[in-house]
Amino acid sequence: GVKDGSWTVLQLVEALGSCLENTDPRMRGRGIQLLSQVLLQCYSQLQEKEVLHLVLFYESRLQDHHLVIPSVLQGLRALSMCEVLAPGLAVSVLKAIFQEVHVQSLLQLDRHTVYSIITNFMGTREEELKGLGADFTFGFIQVMDGEKDPRNLLVAFQIVRDLIAKNYALGPFVEELFEVTSCYFPIDFTPPPNDPHGIQREDLILSLRAVLASTPQFAEFLLPLLIEKMDSDLQSAKLDSLQTLTACCAIYGQKELQEFLPSLWSSLRREVFQTASEKVEAECLAALHALSACLSRSVLSSDTEDLLDSFLSSILQDCRHHLCEPDMKLVWPSAKLLQAAAGASLRAYHRVTHSVLPLLLEQYTKHPQSSQRRTILEMLLGFLELQQKWGHVEEDESTLLSLHGPVCSVVFSALTDPSVQLQLVGIRALTVLGSLQGFLSPSDLELVVDHLIRLTLHEEDSQSSEAAMETAGSLSPIYPKVFSGRMVPRLEEELQAEREEESSRDHCSLRQRCLQALAAVSTHTSIVRETVPVLLQHLRKVQKGSEAGSTQDLVSVCQSLHRVALQCQQDAESCWYYHQTVVPCLLAMAVQAAMQESTQPLLGKALLEEEVLAAMIPVISAATAHLSPELAAQSVSHVVPLFLDGEVSFLPQNSFPCSFQPFEDGECLEAQRRLVALLMAFVCSLPRNVAVPQQERLLRELLALSCSCNCPFTATTAAKCFAGLVNKHPAGQQLDEILQLAVNRMEPGLAEGPRRTQALTLLLWVTKALVLRYHPLSSHLTDKLLGLLSDAELGPAAADGFSLLMAESQDVLHKGCHADVRIMFRQRFFTDNVPKLVQGFHGAGPDVKANYLKGLSHVLNHLPKPVLVTELPTLLSLLLEALSCSDRVVQLSTLSCLQPLLLEAPQIMSLHVDTLVTKFLSLTSSPTMAVRIAALRCAHALTSLPTTVLLPYKARVIRALAKPLDDKKRLVRKEAVAARGEWFLLGSPGR
Amino acid sequence: GPGGGAPLENANPLIYRRSGERPVTAREEDDELPDSIDDREIFDIPETHLIRSINDPEHPLTLEELNVVEQVRVKVNDAESTVAVEFTPTIPHCSMATLIGLSIKVKLIRSLPERFKLDVHITPGTHASEHAVNKQLADKERVAAALENSHLLEVVNQCLSARS
Repeated sequence: GVKDGSWTVLQLVEALGSCLENTDPRMRGRGIQLLSQVLLQCYSQLQEKEVLHLVLFYESRLQDHHLVIPSVLQGLRALSMCEVLAPGLAVSVLKAIFQEVHVQSLLQLDRHTVYSIITNFMGTREEELKGLGADFTFGFIQVMDGEKDPRNLLVAFQIVRDLIAKNYALGPFVEELFEVTSCYFPIDFTPPPNDPHGIQREDLILSLRAVLASTPQFAEFLLPLLIEKMDSDLQSAKLDSLQTLTACCAIYGQKELQEFLPSLWSSLRREVFQTASEKVEAECLAALHALSACLSRSVLSSDTEDLLDSFLSSILQDCRHHLCEPDMKLVWPSAKLLQAAAGASLRAYHRVTHSVLPLLLEQYTKHPQSSQRRTILEMLLGFLELQQKWGHVEEDESTLLSLHGPVCSVVFSALTDPSVQLQLVGIRALTVLGSLQGFLSPSDLELVVDHLIRLTLHEEDSQSSEAAMETAGSLSPIYPKVFSGRMVPRLEEELQAEREEESSRDHCSLRQRCLQALAAVSTHTSIVRETVPVLLQHLRKVQKGSEAGSTQDLVSVCQSLHRVALQCQQDAESCWYYHQTVVPCLLAMAVQAAMQESTQPLLGKALLEEEVLAAMIPVISAATAHLSPELAAQSVSHVVPLFLDGEVSFLPQNSFPCSFQPFEDGECLEAQRRLVALLMAFVCSLPRNVAVPQQERLLRELLALSCSCNCPFTATTAAKCFAGLVNKHPAGQQLDEILQLAVNRMEPGLAEGPRRTQALTLLLWVTKALVLRYHPLSSHLTDKLLGLLSDAELGPAAADGFSLLMAESQDVLHKGCHADVRIMFRQRFFTDNVPKLVQGFHGAGPDVKANYLKGLSHVLNHLPKPVLVTELPTLLSLLLEALSCSDRVVQLSTLSCLQPLLLEAPQIMSLHVDTLVTKFLSLTSSPTMAVRIAALRCAHALTSLPTTVLLPYKARVIRALAKPLDDKKRLVRKEAVAARGEWFLLGSPGR
Repeated sequence: GPGGGAPLENANPLIYRRSGERPVTAREEDDELPDSIDDREIFDIPETHLIRSINDPEHPLTLEELNVVEQVRVKVNDAESTVAVEFTPTIPHCSMATLIGLSIKVKLIRSLPERFKLDVHITPGTHASEHAVNKQLADKERVAAALENSHLLEVVNQCLSARS
């Protein structure tokens, strides 16, 4: 009644009158409870006057019987949310609570109500509350003193944070406020199992840390506490202390830290020198970094001493001498400490490096052993990397610049050391030196490039050679002239050199390295303009050569071209240059090769091999996907007519013996038809907003080719190209027509005849194109596919098709080529089709059951793990059956589905322990290595089931796992060792 | 005694760098080609599985970091089915030597095919009671008896629990 306005609150109070004044506290309580509940519903409609009366009434009830108090607090909570609360009342309510209620003797929920009242008032009556001065803070301290419940603590911590953040007066109570919160530090709380409140230990830790690190006023109390807890036996306490210290440094200044610096440093040093835990070490280093940063940025008054200097001095004093012992245990901890401190500011960096760099350089010369030199150079590298943080070298203060000569000579000497490990560090150092603007002189650079060429081409160890290429790749955009002028010509020379032992292995790998290096340095437009012609020229040379093994050479060139294409994508100018140069050239070479074949069967044929065409696809695709729409439109207006009408005029060499007509019928055109692969690479990678000229005609031609062609490669490519276009085709009548046409051609083809496989391939690709974009026709096509699972001839291929539908495709229909891919398509496919697969399995004949399992495993295998774990239990019985299936794909995917389930749903899995043990053990002797590995991993994962369930099987499993210990494959043995070790420990003491 | 709560005997041991996970080669991924058991493989067994430091569960160091087991001190002959492992106690008077040796030996017994003959002993010249410890480790009955002793087994198993 009150809510809709037919009653006023006063009427309600009058009506409840006798009840509210009843002498039985229980009755009074019920009356007040009713009133409070009404108020909680309609506090927003109350009048100011009404609120005043209610507040006075409730305040007076605070002295009432303890049974009544919870309801009184509820009422006050309702009133605390009233906007019309008159000034002064908030303060009066709080005073009354502070005075009359002993909060910590209330129940959890009622304490929570008190915190809510305070929070509400702090949100709306900040000024009034501040009028209370430090009394408010003191009142609150008493309220929360002794709080134990994690839910309430989170609220209370938040109130303290607000007290501090909003500048409430703390008065003389700073230490009390610190005490009342810091007594929970470090947080020791483990949520009970099945905790419905979902409060994690981490929530409390972060919330408390936010309080402790919220004000410098706590510093004098907090820092001694942190120092004490850093020495705790509990790793969690150590970590919490260190992280809290780091957090404090963000707001502290030199003043707060001053007194504690010596003890802080000695604790941090002790931990880093002693700990074996990477976590503790990392947190110590972070804290030291924060301390150093804090001291670096403190603003000092004119008469105070800069503590950074003395702090760093003590660090240097304790660490420096350890750097002289590259064999000893403390060398790395010391280097890491120094680097953490040095990394905090430029000032700190100069101070530390001024002392350390000359020492390291001296030590390098003193220690002739490669392993020691490696350690020293790695430390040096760490300091160089820090310098990178500040970009260019400042001439006036840089220690590094003054040590230019010795640094370079140390790094260069490492590059020629016989130890590969030392070389590798030297190469990394080179990358860093090169990236320091202005450090290397032009003559240094020439030397650097010469070293890189030597390492890239002639260093025996492939690790060094690869690292050198990588460094060349990262330095070339900074110094494009040196690389295009010095390195590219050398690589070109090597590629062109005709050797006596032309086919020898060494030469082969040298060519490989040249190709890779050319790609690696193609990072800048000016370099790309040099390298692309070299690569294309080499491609032509290899193609003309037509020797054995040239297929692999062609593929290598394409791989390099691909890498260059990827590196060009971000730069519009390079991208267009690359597209314009490479795409017509590749098309021309391929067309040429396809024509030649009709007259001279052998020459230039390598280019048309599947492997080579497959390697050209990513090149064209990457060269196309990032074109601007205008340039892409320009290009598509050449390429489509080439394939549809034989328009060859835009190709660089365009006089051919006959016409190019890949879509025409004719035996001799087989070779030309293969080039649809290149059309696909181009046209399916175009941005979605680029219109494809004559698209409908093109789609019809592709459709016809995919259904009629006898060559599987060509038919599949045509189907993929069709699918790629259909996926991006705008919805509407045109699309519906073309899809209808496809269905009409597919259905009879699937039903019977010599080209059922082609029809299935087309079905799969079109289904994929539509599943990805949630097209309504996709369910019809998927049902068709499901139907084919029971087909004696096509069933297995249809089952494998589910993998094609779910997996990321390499060349078409992925995000990179702008396909329309909805992110949840796999989950959706799962929900729509898995019930059908299960049903189909149960209804299927024994000879085709495996097809359903295989289809199912493909779908499950591509599902994200979290979804899988929640969905799997319903499919469990089917999966257990699948373990007995003899198909290894089914076995493998079933095992990989079961493994996470064993870890995450051990209770459900326990029910099937007998079947699981038997099946896993029998699969450990599968002829397929991957199945053996997966079965052993599952046998290992079984150990996460409850021990009592497993013990009856222990002896049997341990015996059975002895056999795979002697497996012929190392990877299998490794899993067997791990699994068997865990089984031994089951139920034994000390596990 | 060698229990979990014993005071630190060597609180500040020398720490060595870990050599990192063994990379998988293309050959090892080939289903057909057999891979023979080599030194590194045996070295990796105690390395991967004997983690919790023997006397201080709070400071989990690997045996390699403590330089207790080094790859150069592991010798395998797959054809003749023999494995010999030398281990180096952290200090010459380390009272844990027998326990460390025992843990290594038990782990290898559990992990190696039965055909192997296994020899675990202290690196010559690195422990005061080298001879006595080696004798114990070579004594099959004594090793078997140790594994029956539930207190000892508990400590050994603790050492064998996988890296968490």
